[in-house]
Amino acid sequence: MANKISDETIEYVGILAKLELTDEEKEAAKSDMEKMLDYIDTLNELDTSGIEPMSHVFPVNNVFREDVVTNGDNREDTLANAPLCKEDSFEVPRTIG
Amino acid sequence: MDILKLTALELGEKIRKKEIAVREAVDAVLARAEAAEPVINSYVTIDREGAYRQAAEIQKKIDSGEPAGPLAGVPAAVKDNMCIRGQLTTCSSRILSNFKPAYTAEAVENLRKAGAVIIGKTNMDEFAMGSTTETSYYGPTKNPHNTAHVPGGSSGGSCAAVAAEECFLALGSDTGGSIRQPSSFCGVVGLKPTYGTVSRYGLIAYGSSLDQIGPITKDVADCAALLEAVASHDTKDSTSIPREDYRFTEALADDVKGLRIGIPRDYMGEGLDGEVKEAVLRAAEVLEERGASVEMFDLGLVKYAIPAYYTIAAAEASSNLERFDGVKYGYRASGYDGLHDMYKKTRSEGFGAEVKRRIMLGSFVLSSGYYDAYYLKALRVKALIKQSFDRAFEKYDVILGPAAPTTAPELGSSLSDPIKMYLGDIYTISVNLAGLPGMSVPVGRDSRNLPVGMQLIGNVFQEKTLIRAAYTYECATQKQFETPAQIGKEA
Repeated sequence: MANKISDETIEYVGILAKLELTDEEKEAAKSDMEKMLDYIDTLNELDTSGIEPMSHVFPVNNVFREDVVTNGDNREDTLANAPLCKEDSFEVPRTIG
Repeated sequence: MDILKLTALELGEKIRKKEIAVREAVDAVLARAEAAEPVINSYVTIDREGAYRQAAEIQKKIDSGEPAGPLAGVPAAVKDNMCIRGQLTTCSSRILSNFKPAYTAEAVENLRKAGAVIIGKTNMDEFAMGSTTETSYYGPTKNPHNTAHVPGGSSGGSCAAVAAEECFLALGSDTGGSIRQPSSFCGVVGLKPTYGTVSRYGLIAYGSSLDQIGPITKDVADCAALLEAVASHDTKDSTSIPREDYRFTEALADDVKGLRIGIPRDYMGEGLDGEVKEAVLRAAEVLEERGASVEMFDLGLVKYAIPAYYTIAAAEASSNLERFDGVKYGYRASGYDGLHDMYKKTRSEGFGAEVKRRIMLGSFVLSSGYYDAYYLKALRVKALIKQSFDRAFEKYDVILGPAAPTTAPELGSSLSDPIKMYLGDIYTISVNLAGLPGMSVPVGRDSRNLPVGMQLIGNVFQEKTLIRAAYTYECATQKQFETPAQIGKEA
């Protein structure tokens, strides 16, 4: 028990989560995560050996259909939501130098 | 006649008989909303123009003699995590503060086909993460029965809108109790269907394997009618299940003879408020007097449901919310240095504290080295929880208990201690993990006049059993606990 989250771990999780945390937020996140992980560790009281992880309650199979277009391209509606767009494209900061 | 006092089905009947015009019904709820909103804040957006436009269209159909369903012309509200084409859909988040979807959610489409008039979009906890509706970027919703208290969450806006008569019925969504707990706190009827019953197409995802849309209504008959209207098999949602029977209103029978009801001892012990316990046990007695058999049993594993849930839901949330990056829609931060900096600034400014907390936790439990220990472990515990329900349903038709351990807490008292807040979901959360249907029905008031809800849990696909039990209870008690809130006159 008593999980300890290091500065490096919070930094790493911040990168995974694509969140930029202030120093204050980082400290709060460490303490929140330590408490939650301590709580989640109570699951270790249960013996789950031989139990298959259940991602869906019902046995789900791939649902196939013919690959035919049933909707329009909706281009104008879609681009209307873009923070920035240019000539029918979403505009983002330069990604290749 | 006070239109607002009618149930949705009563109003629908009067509209079909042309005793009430659709426009009059819309006038009535909009006038009520105008008076109530400054205090209650149930809605993020009210669409007056659209409501009158829909009203005119539906009235025209009725007047021309086209067949109209039981909910035709009835004003309804929709939780703000369901997309409506061209209409602001915020998820109560800053990051979607300007988002107008290019398509409409299937459940909303079904509601429209039933002829309901959509009045507006209701407030919620940001991205449905919360139990109080206080994490909304657009300010908290207040409990219409006592405005010093929260309405519960995350569908707090939908439940408050029904309780305050700002609509006749509403759609909510439930990932860990988000329909049943606020229904309990607001004294309305709410049902989370079996996973896969209502399409999730156009529902902005939180925990996809747990999310379900369901009805929030004034009484049990309305609940059955709204579920019947929105449930459907939808090929646009790969987890949608074709069901043999969608005729939920057929279950509105005053009869529980021979119904086997089990009350989990583990739901009635430590942490449960005395007044809630008393009201729930009294409700069980009512059903027993009507011919059901009632006994206590041990469900087991109850305390493991919350840690398993928060692991799974946070993991799914961290993945689902990756799409909010400031590129295709929604908020984008200003002033950034390159693409990655834009992502980070946009997300950090766009999401609130509780959403960030869950994304961080989810990213951690899915990260290399921790995935097996946390995420897969939680999925194994989920399998065990499902097994304990399977065993219970060998002996019982319905599991009965409280919807929440307490009545609605005071505003501002929950967010400082997340784990304590999460414990408030202890009776509802395992139902989502096991994919079961669950329903909250008003069964009492506490000494502060705050509503108490009873939860009925059924085996998969057994919504009709729940509706029959709830309807029987309602007939026996003559809806005495389903009275609407008196705005401005609370105790």
